[in-house]
Amino acid sequence: MDMASRIPFDEMQPQDDEVREIYRVYAAWLKNFPLLQLERKRQEAEVLFRRVGITFNVYGETSGNERLIPFDVIPRLLGSAEWQMLSSGAIQRVKALNMFLDDIYHKQEIIKAGIVPASILANAQYRPEMYGVDVPGGVYAHIAGVDLVRTGESQFYVLEDNLRTPSGVSYMLENRKMMMRLFPELFRRYSVAPMEHYPQVLMNNLRAVAPHGVQDPIVVLLTPGAYNSAYFEHAFLAQQMGVELVEGQDLFVRNNAVYMRTTEGPKRVDVIYRRLDDDYLDPLVFKPDSMLGVPGLLSVYRNGGVTLANAVGTGVADDKATYIHVPDMIRFYLGEEPILSNVPTYELSKPDDLKYVLEHLPELVVKEVQGSGGYGMLVGPAATKKEIEEFRLRILSAPDNYIAQPTLALSTCPTLVEQGIAPRHVDLRPFVLSGKTVTLVPGALCRVALKEGSLVVNSSQGGGTKDTWVLENA
Amino acid sequence: MLSRTADHLYWMARYIERAENMARVLDVTYNMSLVPNAAESEAALWEPALQIAGNVDDFEARHDTYCAANVIHYLAMDQNNPSSIFSALRSARENARAVRVALSAETWENINTLWLEFGQFQASDITESGLSEFCDWVKSRSHLFRGVSFGTMLRDDAFRFVRLGTFIERADNTARLLDVKYHLLLPDEEEIGGAVDYYEWSAVLRSVSAFQAYQKIFSDTIEPWRVAELLVLRDDMPRSLHACFDEITPILEQLSGRRSSESRRIAGEMHARLHFGRMDEIFQDGLHEFLEGFVTSNNNLGMEIQRSFLNAP
Repeated sequence: MDMASRIPFDEMQPQDDEVREIYRVYAAWLKNFPLLQLERKRQEAEVLFRRVGITFNVYGETSGNERLIPFDVIPRLLGSAEWQMLSSGAIQRVKALNMFLDDIYHKQEIIKAGIVPASILANAQYRPEMYGVDVPGGVYAHIAGVDLVRTGESQFYVLEDNLRTPSGVSYMLENRKMMMRLFPELFRRYSVAPMEHYPQVLMNNLRAVAPHGVQDPIVVLLTPGAYNSAYFEHAFLAQQMGVELVEGQDLFVRNNAVYMRTTEGPKRVDVIYRRLDDDYLDPLVFKPDSMLGVPGLLSVYRNGGVTLANAVGTGVADDKATYIHVPDMIRFYLGEEPILSNVPTYELSKPDDLKYVLEHLPELVVKEVQGSGGYGMLVGPAATKKEIEEFRLRILSAPDNYIAQPTLALSTCPTLVEQGIAPRHVDLRPFVLSGKTVTLVPGALCRVALKEGSLVVNSSQGGGTKDTWVLENA
Repeated sequence: MLSRTADHLYWMARYIERAENMARVLDVTYNMSLVPNAAESEAALWEPALQIAGNVDDFEARHDTYCAANVIHYLAMDQNNPSSIFSALRSARENARAVRVALSAETWENINTLWLEFGQFQASDITESGLSEFCDWVKSRSHLFRGVSFGTMLRDDAFRFVRLGTFIERADNTARLLDVKYHLLLPDEEEIGGAVDYYEWSAVLRSVSAFQAYQKIFSDTIEPWRVAELLVLRDDMPRSLHACFDEITPILEQLSGRRSSESRRIAGEMHARLHFGRMDEIFQDGLHEFLEGFVTSNNNLGMEIQRSFLNAP
């Protein structure tokens, strides 16, 4: 498959003389809208975002640690048929992944069937503490962010599944609010599917997975604190759902139950939407020096005294080594053909794949199996000779830690940059919610690589975001 | 509500109130310095401002002279002075950011905007560009904070802790201001009525927005004991000690519910003294002693609130 040499697919204008049907109204509007005016709208958005404090903290930066994620005023549009396909594909995937997690922590039938190798149990993200533990409703990944990319009119690929503590949904919601404020007239011309009810759906799901027998569950959101990079999002969601935003120090464990410290004394907590990684949850079980967690939390959790969302141990399912098995999981658990494709992936633990990859480094993307956030990866076409050679040594020292994929020509979307409007690469992260049912709201976080030619969309690497419009009648 | 949330809310409000009072003291002191022969020396003029803030020692350790520029910078912008306007506003914003969920969106945005705007003053020389403009800005931002929180926040415990912080801090500030000024203004031989005295006392009144109120109530020359009465016992004067405790006592009752609490007892006792006290008796025992005792009790009350609500076990 030769995906590297292809010219990227443009979401608005795939050919010079052809504007895609769904973009027709927008393209005509954009053509008549003065560039200066558009730039002014962008500045207005920046002032508003800063005033509201929609900022994120960048690790490893000493000064000015609160930054805005650049917001692009040109939306990404999706037709209703496209969305239908993407959303059913994402739902199918998350259903299978939840079943996989339930299986891997109980009967392990998929291993017995020889579909996933037993070596997965040795994966660092597999939590033996979770073996045999029943979680309410069998739901492990209550919130999943499925990263999708597009390379052609109907070619979509899943880049990765984020099943631990996926973030970005607050930007999806705030971007919409901003667009409606900046361009109300466009919302009159297009029928854009609303998705502002996301926090409500999330809240209903969280209440639905409370421990058995709890009538009116108390839900809290656990944050690492105001210095965490996603603190704004934690505060935002807690506020939208009307729940307490707690830190580890606000919670304690007594008599097999979790309580929060309030001005009126201890109050029982039933469901914890935690935005804290497994490793920091409970110093008695995981990192002993972590101050962010709650001593004894895991023991209450294992006994069913409290629900954690997402569950402990989901990392084994979004690991890049597990990723390659997801299409087979869908066939195994659901008896269906996968709606969304995986990116073809080379496993460097296999000698043939390793040999091929080492010979083709300049064309490939190499990722650490457990890396995230765009750190620790090599984008071959964008790397210098020196960087490639350095990375070659890292691969050779521990080939099992890496996978490789062809460099996809990610689709581009018109974006306002310094030089005017220009195509920039984008991806798409819809958020799939699992409770009694598996659903998602018609919207997604669209991330855009603002640097010309760059394929890295992560906000920690200078990426921006766009509003995503799912059109109802197109 | 979470004890930690209550703690952040309470201190957020205290720091904003503290910044406002600091701005008031700076403003009137600066205006006094423009009156000819207002004081024997620059030091005599500026030292009281530091006394009110309670950090004369720290200032002397780091500065040789009491010149206006030094004191103004120290009280307004010094990042190493924990009670400078800069430090107070920064702390207010950090506390607010930690609990933005518990604030109404408008209240949070107001505090965040305050901090963003503060950057402009930091970049300029506030003495050059007009200290009054800066002080007015701090005061109006504080007014705005109270107005926005009063106008938009649900009347729940979050709101009560915000109000509690405001009035505990204000009571402390008014008492200190009056103590320092009264002490200073009553020399052994009572020669009251001179032009400087008039300026001094009207400055004190203006610093607590009480000048107009004084004229309205007494419509007479400004007498120190009346100023004291206005700021201690009058319950219709919004920055007086009595008025502060008219707010504090019911809030503590609502927060305590049916529980009896030590903080409720202390507040009730202090409130009774202000409610039933008489000015001539206070003067007989010494106003300075009274105010000193008040500041101590108010501190104890603050510590008790901290112990029973904010640092819950």
